Amino acid sequence: MSKNFVIKFREKNCKQCGICSYFCPGKVLEQSAGKYPRVVRAEACIGCRLCEMRCPDFAIEVEVETSER
Amino acid sequence: MANYKDYMLFDKLPHTWCAGCRHGIILRAIAEALALQEIDKHKIALVSGIGCFGRVDDYLDINCMHVTHGRALPAATGVALGNPELKVLVTMGDGDCATIGGNHLINTARRNINVTAVVANNYNYGQTGGQYSGTTPEGSITSTSPYGHVEQGFDICKLAEAAGAPFVARTTPFNPVQMRELIKQGMQTKGFALIEVMDTCPTHFGRLNKFGNAAQMLEKVQGMTVPIQKASTMSEEEMEGKFATGILVNRFREDYYTRYQRIIEQLNGKGNVQ
Repeated sequence: MSKNFVIKFREKNCKQCGICSYFCPGKVLEQSAGKYPRVVRAEACIGCRLCEMRCPDFAIEVEVETSER
Repeated sequence: MANYKDYMLFDKLPHTWCAGCRHGIILRAIAEALALQEIDKHKIALVSGIGCFGRVDDYLDINCMHVTHGRALPAATGVALGNPELKVLVTMGDGDCATIGGNHLINTARRNINVTAVVANNYNYGQTGGQYSGTTPEGSITSTSPYGHVEQGFDICKLAEAAGAPFVARTTPFNPVQMRELIKQGMQTKGFALIEVMDTCPTHFGRLNKFGNAAQMLEKVQGMTVPIQKASTMSEEEMEGKFATGILVNRFREDYYTRYQRIIEQLNGKGNVQ
């Protein structure tokens, strides 16, 4: 059994403050000033959900996909 | 298990707070603390005052009351005494809690009213343009102290502790998990519980004092804190400019309603009070 983490954004809510990408322990997210964050290293996500919990704007959600291997 | 979204008006988002304002993290922590306890929505009441953080009630799907500036605690006192079955939450900023409502804070803590206060301390009056408040640290720059603030700031936790609050805790939005656990524990405490959330205003205080961007501000505030377990081993010189986080006070003190109810029962039963 392996777990995949899918990071979903709600761009309507995002204010591009940069907290999620700055604190991501796996450097999964990347963001430049004035841009929405994007996922650059999805495989490095450890599913800690800190981006989700620290997002002040409720714009990120981490979903778990479990697949049989 | 209940989801935090069940306690929120999710359709009302995006909220009105500035980009990078951590009030949203505290809002989520409150909703998560409610979801963790799976409380019936009709058994909670939230009272908020005027100010940036007072807007929390706009996004929560529970019974809310938005009252005048600084008077959230007196209104909550009325709610808590009128219906003791309710879990009463109070959301305040530092202006609401320690400056204009400072008197109400110490008296609510002294009386030990059964409410849980969540204080978002951003060290200035954010909504009206970043004027200094009662918690603004000495020497810092705000729109009304451009050459450095000359007054010393309040320590809200010490104030509540000295006034007799049975539960006092401090955290930062850097630790959302700790924050929701502290709010949950505060709500389960019988009596006055105060949870101070250290934060900086990204638009006024943080920017004028050159704290960097929203994420760096959060990092900097986190750097000023020490967990209480470690802080208890540190000397006063080492603690200079640092703040202890975690549960600072957790003691038992009988709450106002219980004491008052005992007098009523004595009068009804025996006809005299000892």
